[in-house]
Amino acid sequence: MKAFTILEGLVAPLDRANVDTDAIIPKQFLKSIKRSGFGPNLFDEWRYRDHGEPGMDNASRPLNPDFVLNAERYRGAQILLTRQNFGCGSSREHAPWALEDYGFRALIGPSFADIFFNNCFKNGLLPIVLPEAVVDGLFSQCLANEGFRLKIDLREQTVSATDGSVLSFEVDAFRKECLLNGWDDIGLTLRHAEKIRAFEAQRKVEHPYFFA
Amino acid sequence: MQAQTLYEKLWSSHVVHQESDGTALIYIDRHLVHEVTSPQAFEGLKLAGRAPWRVSSIVATADHNTPTDHWDQGIQDPVSRQQVETLDANIRTVGALAYFPFKDQRQGIVHVIGPENGATLPGMTVVCGDSHTSTHGAFACLAHGIGTSEVEHVLATQCLLQKKSKTMLVKVEGELAEGVTAKDVVLAVIGRIGTAGGTGYAIEFGGSTIRGLSMEGRMTICNMAIEAGARAGMVAVDDVTIEYLRGRPYAPKDAHWEQAVTYWRTLISDEGARFDKVIEIDAAGLLPQVTWGTSPEMVTDILGRVPNPASVQDPVRREGMERALSYMGLVADTPLNEVEIDQVFIGSCTNSRIEDLREAAAVARGRRKSDRVKRVLVVPGSGLVKRQAEAEGLHEIFVAAGFEWREPGCSMCLAMNADRLLPGERCASTSNRNFEGRQGNGGRTHLVSPAMAAAAAVTGHFVDVRTFERLAEDGA
Repeated sequence: MKAFTILEGLVAPLDRANVDTDAIIPKQFLKSIKRSGFGPNLFDEWRYRDHGEPGMDNASRPLNPDFVLNAERYRGAQILLTRQNFGCGSSREHAPWALEDYGFRALIGPSFADIFFNNCFKNGLLPIVLPEAVVDGLFSQCLANEGFRLKIDLREQTVSATDGSVLSFEVDAFRKECLLNGWDDIGLTLRHAEKIRAFEAQRKVEHPYFFA
Repeated sequence: MQAQTLYEKLWSSHVVHQESDGTALIYIDRHLVHEVTSPQAFEGLKLAGRAPWRVSSIVATADHNTPTDHWDQGIQDPVSRQQVETLDANIRTVGALAYFPFKDQRQGIVHVIGPENGATLPGMTVVCGDSHTSTHGAFACLAHGIGTSEVEHVLATQCLLQKKSKTMLVKVEGELAEGVTAKDVVLAVIGRIGTAGGTGYAIEFGGSTIRGLSMEGRMTICNMAIEAGARAGMVAVDDVTIEYLRGRPYAPKDAHWEQAVTYWRTLISDEGARFDKVIEIDAAGLLPQVTWGTSPEMVTDILGRVPNPASVQDPVRREGMERALSYMGLVADTPLNEVEIDQVFIGSCTNSRIEDLREAAAVARGRRKSDRVKRVLVVPGSGLVKRQAEAEGLHEIFVAAGFEWREPGCSMCLAMNADRLLPGERCASTSNRNFEGRQGNGGRTHLVSPAMAAAAAVTGHFVDVRTFERLAEDGA
């Protein structure tokens, strides 16, 4: 997994509540057996005017000029501002894969759906939860200032704007360490292999019917 | 000892290791696998040169991509076919306790086949790369959806990294009126707490209404816990749970059965156990529910009207409602029972079990689908459900009513196969999500119970199923 330490990047605002993972990456793209290549179909139904299917040449498809990420000023954005309950619905990890493949490295919003939130951390994508009023303020600043950028420092747990204002955010200590170091969860867990084996052996004795 | 909730009992009996910040390694008893969210996990395992930890925990099936008709022709879409064949190959290489491939007698929706084969048992942790894994919590297990990285993590380590959730009790009391079902209860719960209301919580559903439900009804309720934002929903063990499991193929037998039942009886929240949040719902006053928008929380009852965004103060919510009404092609203040439909879908991991099909058939019996309805799909949850329904003659009722009786699978719940809505088409659906494009690009979904869906099919618009007389076979 890619490590995440400090990110200084352009911010794009997605001003909708309850953005579900079907909207982030529609089902027809889930037929892929790969982990990469989902970026061109991120928000496919909102982003293009036609209906997308796997295998299309996305570069030649008509863009929806009203969709925020198609605006020139947000080209190359790495930080996405979101509203409440972003990433709700399906557990598809294709959603963080698509966001990451598009170029996003961090999301800032008042709340994220549980499974999506968890999936982000497995892919070097940092979801930051800030109070609703603070996120409102960021939306206003982002809309008012073309080229609005933020700097995210994971070690310090801060988000800073170019005007010098600094916001703090919370992150689980364990997730933070994994992300800072780009650690592979499986490798970490397998350090406890003996403990897992012992637990399993004990469970087989107490509840043999779970192992039939 | 301090009184514990069911969730706390399930959690503490699976902790293998705990980090100082509370992140725990949780042991996984049952790993359900389907074709969409597993290929990258199997590939990752192989690339890292890792062996699967315990293949006897795996129960697999192909459900999302499989067609629901013309099985003799195989899977026409080459991309879908490749995904299903990849699962075949992965299970062939790795192994599993059970695999129900495309066309197998016991193939079906992963959340239907686990319970009906007794592969989902009280006291287990159950995971699957699918958010509706919460369904299995109906059996007093800790069951939730995971992403593909976690699928790989479970394959490699038999564990998951987790933080303990907060606990919520949704207490539903009172007797349901005739025609009001588990689906209506859970839609009402989501309408009350919102799609983010359960975020960070594990929900236990309790109270007399829940205890009065069959396992099918309890599964419908736990299935949609995720639509309230909670990854896990659960119901305590009682006689209904135990009787459902008796004699199922993978359920314990003989001395193990007695031992298991003794343990399962402890899987209830203790008297006096404290929940972080308690929600109370009066079921006696509940009416059949219909969603009107593009989120399951956008729901009202059949006697209600499409709400008016002008009455909402919060600008984010108001804009969300306006966008939903525009997408749904609905005008504010329209009575729900005047909304006409083009298609009906009866199926999905929420409502495709035998009891659901019986409820739909009871309404359809002796009637014909409305001429304005282009298609009514009835998609059983599994091969076993299909055969049971056919043994009861339900398929004949559906066919006589002009409904299409299909092969099992996820079908038009998410429209990954060929079953889908056309842009602008409006559907009465027994599935779980009414998101934009969920049942097909531009399609408009209204979530309802199986009985409500069948009633809409025969009238061509939403209608209060409580007023529907159940007819005899000959329409008399």
